[in-house]
Amino acid sequence: MADFEPRITAFVCNWCTYTGADLAGTSRLHMASNVRIIRLPCTGRIDHMFIVKAFERGADGVIVSGCHPADCHYTAGNYHARRRFGVFRELLSFLGIDPKRVTFSWVSASEGGKWADVVNSTVERVRTMGPFDSYHGLVGAASPADDPFASFETPAGATGDSAAAPASHTGGAS
Amino acid sequence: MTELQDTARRLLDEGEVKVVIGWEEGRRGVRPVFVTSAADCDRLVFDTRCVHNLATFLNPRRSQVASLGKAALVVKGCDAKAVAGLLREAQIERDGVVLIGVRCGGVVGSPVAPDAPALTAETVASRCFACDVREPGLVDVLVGDAQPEPPGSGTLDERIAALDALGPDERFAFWTNELSRCTQCYACRQACPLCYCERCIVEKTEPQWIETSPHPRGNFAWHLTRAQHLAGRCVGCGECERACPVGIPLALINRKLQQVVLELYDYTVSDDPAVPAPIGAYATDDTQDFIK
Repeated sequence: MADFEPRITAFVCNWCTYTGADLAGTSRLHMASNVRIIRLPCTGRIDHMFIVKAFERGADGVIVSGCHPADCHYTAGNYHARRRFGVFRELLSFLGIDPKRVTFSWVSASEGGKWADVVNSTVERVRTMGPFDSYHGLVGAASPADDPFASFETPAGATGDSAAAPASHTGGAS
Repeated sequence: MTELQDTARRLLDEGEVKVVIGWEEGRRGVRPVFVTSAADCDRLVFDTRCVHNLATFLNPRRSQVASLGKAALVVKGCDAKAVAGLLREAQIERDGVVLIGVRCGGVVGSPVAPDAPALTAETVASRCFACDVREPGLVDVLVGDAQPEPPGSGTLDERIAALDALGPDERFAFWTNELSRCTQCYACRQACPLCYCERCIVEKTEPQWIETSPHPRGNFAWHLTRAQHLAGRCVGCGECERACPVGIPLALINRKLQQVVLELYDYTVSDDPAVPAPIGAYATDDTQDFIK
């Protein structure tokens, strides 16, 4: 558990959070490198199945992030997402999937610092919660061949503590 | 009873409808029946065993039913809400169906009984607790005598409260155990009046969102999706749970989501098709405590 590195999948909107994450990178902000970003047109495009699929494929936590209310590029996508995820979060909780594994946030294109905070706080929270073995273990042990994250693992011999490494695939410091 | 039969006979005689969908006495309790001739209308019954939500037969994709012609449907209060759901989502037209409402004071849990059992707190279906509809709305004809409130207590809500009081791990263990029995037969989907998609997401293979192998992980994905797709739409008729061959308490999930949409969006499903469902609508000041 001590050397557990959470695997976080982030579903972000193209117009605000992705650009914000880009800003975090170009601003050379330090943040944990555990997050893999998947860019989507809008939070309204983020289906609840994306979250379920991420957990199925080995994620320990999920971030869903997009434009602030009233900022949606498509006028109302984030409002629809807010309703759906308000309900879905309660559904996850009722079925025993701790909603603390899923972070919802609004990060605008100018909020690179907020994105770094969201990433760091989510990684720390999920690190404390430990690996999501209960869900991953629903069907035996996942075989490494099925593990889409395998190629992202820190290679043997490289720095063992990737959380402390400043590099981030969203840009990163040197 | 004769009032119901007379209404059906009149509708068929006058040619207003081609088929009346109701209940008849079968060999093992009551069962749905499709009456196409006025002479058969004395087969129609309504009592506490008429649990089926017949609105599911209005699904326009059930071509074997649609091919019979314009239908009259016998509806209880919860069934009328399901018809309203189909109207709200533009699946049917109001002129395309005649609704015969029956006053309902609750039904039993199972239609299998030799004669209509009296309703007690033990026999009443869990869905009937807190049911606020004695007289179905939206109907063309209303038949039957005035009915009392169904007996019983808040069993469903009490079980939900008991689950909510547990920690996430215990709840997860509870549902893993329950869902491990699921064989993904989709009886819950077929029985549901509001699961009408031409092509269900579970049948999509490229990409395959839901693993169809009946292991707990695929079952979680299926039941999460089924519940989410019914959030704010479920009328609480409980047909999914009754149809389930392995007894998964699906009504708990549906009822929980009814509580959630009431609490978050002040929405209660009604028989008024003009009121928009909460998912698909929004307010700019919706709660967002859970968003950082």
